[in-house]
This record gives sequence, structure tokens and C-alpha cells, in this order.
Amino acid sequence: MSINNEDVEKIAHLARLAIEPEQLDTYTRNLSDILDLVEQMNQVDTDGIETMAHPRDTRLRLRPDAVTEENQRDKFIELAPASENGLFLVPKVLD
Amino acid sequence: MHNKSLRELALGLKNSDFSSVELTQYFLDRIETNKDINAFITVDSDSSLRQAAQADEMLSSNNGQPLTGIPLAQKDIFCTEGMRTSCGSKMLDNFISPYDATVIRKFRQAGSITLGKTNMDEFAMGSSNETSFYGRVLNPWDKERVPGGSSGGSAAAVAARLAPAATGTDTGGSIRQPASFCGITGLKPSYGRVSRYGMIAFASSLDQGGPMTRSAEDAAIILQTMSGFDPRDSTSIDIEVPDFSAGLENELKGLKIGLPVEFFNEDLDPAIASITTDALREYEKLGAKLVDISLPNSHLSVPCYYVLAPAEASSNLSRFDGARYGYRTAEYDDLLDMYKKTRAEGFGEEVKRRIIIGAYALSAGYYDAYYLKAQKIRRLISDDFTRAFEKCDVIAGPTAPGTAFRFGENSDDPVAMYLNDIYTISVNLAGLPGMSIPAGINNKLPVGLQLIGQYFDEEKLLNVAHRYQQVTDWHTQSPEGF
Repeated sequence: MSINNEDVEKIAHLARLAIEPEQLDTYTRNLSDILDLVEQMNQVDTDGIETMAHPRDTRLRLRPDAVTEENQRDKFIELAPASENGLFLVPKVLD
Repeated sequence: MHNKSLRELALGLKNSDFSSVELTQYFLDRIETNKDINAFITVDSDSSLRQAAQADEMLSSNNGQPLTGIPLAQKDIFCTEGMRTSCGSKMLDNFISPYDATVIRKFRQAGSITLGKTNMDEFAMGSSNETSFYGRVLNPWDKERVPGGSSGGSAAAVAARLAPAATGTDTGGSIRQPASFCGITGLKPSYGRVSRYGMIAFASSLDQGGPMTRSAEDAAIILQTMSGFDPRDSTSIDIEVPDFSAGLENELKGLKIGLPVEFFNEDLDPAIASITTDALREYEKLGAKLVDISLPNSHLSVPCYYVLAPAEASSNLSRFDGARYGYRTAEYDDLLDMYKKTRAEGFGEEVKRRIIIGAYALSAGYYDAYYLKAQKIRRLISDDFTRAFEKCDVIAGPTAPGTAFRFGENSDDPVAMYLNDIYTISVNLAGLPGMSIPAGINNKLPVGLQLIGQYFDEEKLLNVAHRYQQVTDWHTQSPEGF
């Protein structure tokens, strides 16, 4: 086991996922299996190898700083689970 | 009608042998009759028939393009304006897309008809289509078996002739593996060839959309419409799009096909190995030369992928928080509670597993050991291909280690499921184009041959696939009853 229940709870919290207590063991077991698989990477010495984030090492393009999108506020607000006066409504964050 | 190629359908429309409305209705009827396959998540016949009527007008004024009036199935990962775009998830079950993905926009401009949105593994995470919120898709070759995934709905739809062609997306094998399991032709283009704008992101540095068709000739036509630079996709590559159909007939004399020794070892199912060998013999008859090559780090592709893809996914899927669109839990105490319950209820098990793995690999203390290590391995895997292509023009091997498996066979063991993509993943890591074409049948189930090309050389891949399909008939075989 390369990961325990506490680790899983901590990471789930960071990822904003609620986990039912009775599912915790299954998660831990499955995640440990995946991490064991991933451990194979350590068989290879990668000192001095450059990281590769993207195929072809694509560099991001720049574009003129101009407005290109039209305002579609009403269209997007329609999709919101809760909204008021054209704003997304969420529970109070600050008291 | 349902066995006609895209070119034959276009000709039939042009000669008024049938109208687009008739053609579209014909396929809508087939979808309805074969509902048990569960290949589609959403079908809107009224909208399809309206589009078809418009296409008929375009055709009658001779303004048609190769796909005008032809109905196509779109994977439910592509945002489609005014239509539910669920990505196979409860999280987006109520999401009516306010815009079109670039791919969808291009098909609309070409005058093709959206026949429906195809079923898929939730957020494209899976190799069996069993993780979809909308239920499993049946493999038309054997309804007790999976169609493969994640583009399982598209593969099953094309195999069962419920659509003339479809789109899929491929992050680690999600076009090629289901193509192999369902006996169709699937092409994952080079990274950067097809716009990712409006294609719901799983792992942004690996995802590519591509055609799922019955032949390489059809794939060339679909890819032609999908391809091209898109300023709305920051990793789209501004490179000329060739005429993919132009080189299909080129001779293969002198073509060098590389065989990775690592793909043909004792782990490969002997039946798959023998079918692959037979296919390679056909290529020799066509004048190609077989050369041994080595991809020494290919055994690390699955471990490397299962760090990078979940890491990118955990970041991409953070947008699903119940605040702006999609699912929101019914009851919650505060914002944190809303996030946690929304995500726990809205995502399925496999998606949650990958989010947690990704968040772990990116967390403080583990970032170097997992994420950076995997990015270095990715470089080694990519360099292996660069060296291999000094010796050959294309690489060939199996698409998947086996044929379609039974439902539930791998669902309790994520690692066993992941190994399905052992031959396909390295291609995504390197960003190369890859294809799967039907090459044989084992125990009444189709087997695919994988072809891997050099960067932006989809033309060569299609040529190599097409020549094989001219001398064999595996690609014309359909499952019994379809």
C-alpha cells in the first residue's frame, strides 16, 4: 500500500470531493494499485532529461489584446443552477 | 443504403436518387430499431430533418460539398449548440450547449446533418464504455461484450450501420481501441491537427478528435472537414491541410514498415499476433518492406500516462463546481459543502478515481516524483519514435492486446482496464497520428491493425490503410443482423 485512507481523505478534500466513509477502503486500494503501476517509472534514470509538457513543445501564441467575443451574458446565465440579476448565485463566502 | 460509402452517398444525393431528408430518415429509423445498442445519448429527429431539408435546398441549387446532406453521428464530447452535450456524465445531464465546438461548426458549414450525439465513457475516461451515466453500449458483434471506449457509442453506431460515419476523440486510444473492437476504421490525427475548441477537455496535451468510419477512403473525407488551424485553440497548429484523398492510391512499393520488437513479445495473444502477421504479409505483397525497430521505453507509456492524464484531468475538471452550469446538489450548508457534494454526486467512480490520482501527483511533495518524472519519461518515449522513424515510414502493430471483452470483466480492476491501451498510449504521448483498421476476425470478433505515422503525415497513413483495404475485405464485413 503506497497510500493510506488518511492520504485519500486529504487529497479528496483538496480536490473538493466528498467520499462516503464506507467507500474509503475501496478508493485507497484502487489508488494504491494505480500508484504501484506508476512506480515502474522509477526503473529509469531520467537525470538530465528535459521535461515534455506538450507534443512538439508547442509555444503558446500571442494575439492582439482586443475584444473578440461578444457579450452573451443572458445566454450563459440561463444555464446557471441559481442566478439573480444576471449574476451567478452561490452560498455566502464571507460573513 | 446503409452500406454505401460517403462518396456513393454524395453521388446518390447529387443525382437525386434519394434526398437528404430520405437518407436522414432512413438512418433515424435504424437508430430507433436498434435502440438496444444504446449507441446514442441524444437524438433530435426534428432538428436532424430540418437540417436535411436545408441541405436538400443547397443540393438542388448545386451548392453542395462532399458532405452536404450526409448524416453523421457526433461523440457527445463535442459541444453542439441548442443540444444537450453531456460528455456521458450526470454532471452535464442538463447542459444545453450555448455554442458549437469548432468541429461541429465545420460540419454544419459543410452541410452535413447531425444525426445524434453518441454514448461514451464519462468524460472520455474508460476503455469499455461502461462508465457512461447513460448506461453501457452493446457491441453489435456480440451484445454481451463491450464496444471498447471511450468512443464506444460512435464505434458501435458505425459498425451497426446506424450512421454512415462518426467522430470520436482519442486521449490514450479512445478512437483506435473501440475501432478495433467494433471492426471499423478509426484515425487519431496528429496533436494540433483538429481543433479542440468546444471539445470537452480531459487531458489537454493528449486529446485529439478524429474520424470513425467504415473505410480509410471515408476517413479521408471526414478528416478533411475536421482539420485546420483554429485561433480559438491555443495549441492548434497553423500548418497547411493537404488533400487527404489525393494520395490514397499511391503505390506502396519500397514503403518501409517498422515493427516494434516490444509489441510482438510473448505477452501478445497468439491469435492477435497471427492476424497481425497475416496483415503484414499483405503489405509485403504490395511491395512494402518490413524492418525491425525498437521503442525501448514503450513499457513505460501506461505508467507515464496514468500520471499525466489524471493530472491534467484533475485540473480540467475543477471547472465542474455547480456554480455556473451543470449539476448542483440539492442541499448544502456552505460553499465548500456545495462543491464537495456536487462533485461527489455529479461524477462517477472512474472520474473521481482519476481526479484523486491527478490531484495526488500534483500535490506538494509529490510533484517532482510523479508529475515531472512522468514528463521526462514522456520525452524518452517521444525520442524513441523519432529514432524509429529514421528507419521506416510508418510503424505497424496490434491496436489492442485482445478482442472485445465481456461486460464486467475488467470493471473491478482499474489497472487491468488501463492495460487495454498498452499499444495506443505512446502515440498520444508523442502526439503522432495513429490509425486502427480491421485486419481479421478471431472467434467471431474483429481485430484491428494499428498504423502509426510521422507528425502531420496523416496522408501517408490513409494511403497505407486504403491500399490494404483494396486487397482485403475485412473492413466491409458487418456484424450479423446489421
